[in-house]
Amino acid sequence: MRNDRSFSLYIPEPDARPGETPDFSHLRLEPAGTVERPAATTPGLEMREMPFRFVRVLDEEGRAVGPWAPRIEPEMLRRGLRAMLLTRIFDDRMFRAHRQGKTSFYMKSTGEEAIPVAQSLLLGAGDMCFPTYRVLGWLMARDYPLIDLVNQIFSNERDPLRGRQLPILYSARDYGFYSLSGNLGSRMIHAVGWAMGSAYKGDDKLALAYVGDGTTAEGDFHEALTFASVYHAPVLLCITNNQWAISSFSGIAGAQEAPLAARAIGFGMPGLRVDGNDFLAIWAATQWAVERARANMGATLIEFVTYRVAGHSTSDDPTKYRPSDEASHFPLGDPLERLKQHLIGLGEWDEARHAALAEELDQAVRAAMKEGEAVGTLGKSKPPVSEMFEHVFKEPDWRVIEQRRELGV
Amino acid sequence: MPTMNMIQALNSALDVKLGQDPDVLIFGEDIGYFGGVFRVTDGLQVKHGLTRCFDTPIAEGGIIGAAIGMGAYGLRPVAEIQFVDYILPAYDQLVSEAARLRYRSGGEFIAPITVRSPYGGGIFGGQTHSQSPEALFAHVVGLKTIIPSNPYDAKGLLIAAIEDDDPVIFMEPKRIYNGPFNGRHGEQMKNWAGDPMAEVPEGHYTVPLGKAALVREGKDVTVLAYGTMVHVAKAGIEDSGVDAELIDLRSIVPLDIDAIVQSVSKTGRCVILHEATRFAGFGGELSALIQERCFWALKAPVGRVAGWDTPYPHAFETDYLPGPGRLAAALQRVMED
Repeated sequence: MRNDRSFSLYIPEPDARPGETPDFSHLRLEPAGTVERPAATTPGLEMREMPFRFVRVLDEEGRAVGPWAPRIEPEMLRRGLRAMLLTRIFDDRMFRAHRQGKTSFYMKSTGEEAIPVAQSLLLGAGDMCFPTYRVLGWLMARDYPLIDLVNQIFSNERDPLRGRQLPILYSARDYGFYSLSGNLGSRMIHAVGWAMGSAYKGDDKLALAYVGDGTTAEGDFHEALTFASVYHAPVLLCITNNQWAISSFSGIAGAQEAPLAARAIGFGMPGLRVDGNDFLAIWAATQWAVERARANMGATLIEFVTYRVAGHSTSDDPTKYRPSDEASHFPLGDPLERLKQHLIGLGEWDEARHAALAEELDQAVRAAMKEGEAVGTLGKSKPPVSEMFEHVFKEPDWRVIEQRRELGV
Repeated sequence: MPTMNMIQALNSALDVKLGQDPDVLIFGEDIGYFGGVFRVTDGLQVKHGLTRCFDTPIAEGGIIGAAIGMGAYGLRPVAEIQFVDYILPAYDQLVSEAARLRYRSGGEFIAPITVRSPYGGGIFGGQTHSQSPEALFAHVVGLKTIIPSNPYDAKGLLIAAIEDDDPVIFMEPKRIYNGPFNGRHGEQMKNWAGDPMAEVPEGHYTVPLGKAALVREGKDVTVLAYGTMVHVAKAGIEDSGVDAELIDLRSIVPLDIDAIVQSVSKTGRCVILHEATRFAGFGGELSALIQERCFWALKAPVGRVAGWDTPYPHAFETDYLPGPGRLAAALQRVMED
């Protein structure tokens, strides 16, 4: 048989490039409150439609509506708002610190703060998060000391990771925060293994893993889903779909053909597609997945639809590849403003308190920065060089001992 | 004391650790009910239960990655990769994750995992069931690499590997699972019966990682080998008539540098024997170390006998795998220098 037409190679392109009008109509959103909330113990394949729906709780006026609306005490909502605001202020200060040459590198999570903050507040102290580099909110929600962040970012003498890691690739075991690395996706399967370990021991601890939209293309992502599905691992697998992987739009990872949450279907796993700028929807979806895992029904894949407002990192200029005003056209708004609006609507918050909180947090960040600067910024201070040779193995072998001697440390 | 072949000795090591430590669990492709393609895990699922010894998807990166996660949780997983030729999809997990986790987290998280894998040539397994990739792992700081050459060491080293707090790649020379092989392809197959190193205690013991074994004392030249090549070396030394000292490294990393330096300083000559390809093989590192540390004791250039720098060939296996003849010739050559 002959082909009657020749092939053409398809290369996906985003809807808008610099100078063009941003367009997010491809996101297939739904108004808040329209999606049913199935029982958390529903068999996975009976929920095949869920990845194509859109779980949203906060409506345009900031009211919590529909079956997914969670019950959250106002005090908890204020804690969430505080952690999100702190994350944003910290990011802005650190970004500027990079421009001033105080550190080599920084990555902001602007626009995505609600996801890790809500999940960090909801999960327990013994649960373990396997983070990406854009979930600083997890640590902020658990009151990780700002000075430790600053010292790590400055790679100074008090850097908790002893000068070994690129800024922001934190590790904080006591805060349920697994060691980060610059490689993408390779820790998602660790989360599954960790959760399998918890199940093997009859423990009650959950694991939660994050990957971005771009990383769903990695083989590790599919291996993680396979293992999670096969062994019913108590793990929450979260995709933060912020639309951009450096300069590649999510279509390059395959999001144009089907929602990323729909990857779950082939694994018989529930896949939820959730408003990632809606603190309450994130909370509700996470709570649902936790309930399911606690019923020994294994993993849930959750795609949080959000937007990367800032550049990929301090080394990136997003105006080179996307419209400079794209963020303001993103239809899901600003997660911070939306939670604030909700709290004000409840009569639990007001502009004056918000301004006072912002001022207080900015003071705290500036104080931490000052304290870190007093120890030293990048190049002005560093841990003892002998730290370079520690922790290669549990006990150093002769190479490490000899080379340390050779360097005279 | 019972006689065990290498498969039985490895099985015994796993059995001992499963019985002793509830945090040990083993998994890999076909290792559960079936007991593994080489039978190393035979009977362990029945004896210790489904959750202690189970099958995994065919996803080597997933197997090692899941093991790392379990290790970080606090367990001591032992993962099997069915052939070490298949370990490459997991290379990122081993290099970027297992080997680096302790360092990058400042000691907060560790990966005390053991990765077992059948290794090396000699069974007519073709390109993808015969390779010797130890140099790929030796180059990665943070990984330990072990290659036993007999049943006694195999069991003791495997138990030590499982009890070690760092990630260990444990490569099992599959050609000598059932009996020693001296590299003479025409000879009748031997089993381990009657070999003193096949006398294996049933219970717990360890052979420390990083300690070489002196297999044969000699005064004229040092031969460094590991795995199947230890047996080839014995035959080659015999054929050569040279009074060679044979050291079985047993452990690539950590390397027993003292044993090497001590021996070469005494003999003044050294020939390195491995079945992996020669260029940038582990023999290159050994040779450099000897040159750096024993230069003034050397009476001849350090010699290397290795697999040819080609992909592992199926029909030419007997031409490819270093045999006693090649070693004997190399020994005679260094004696002439």
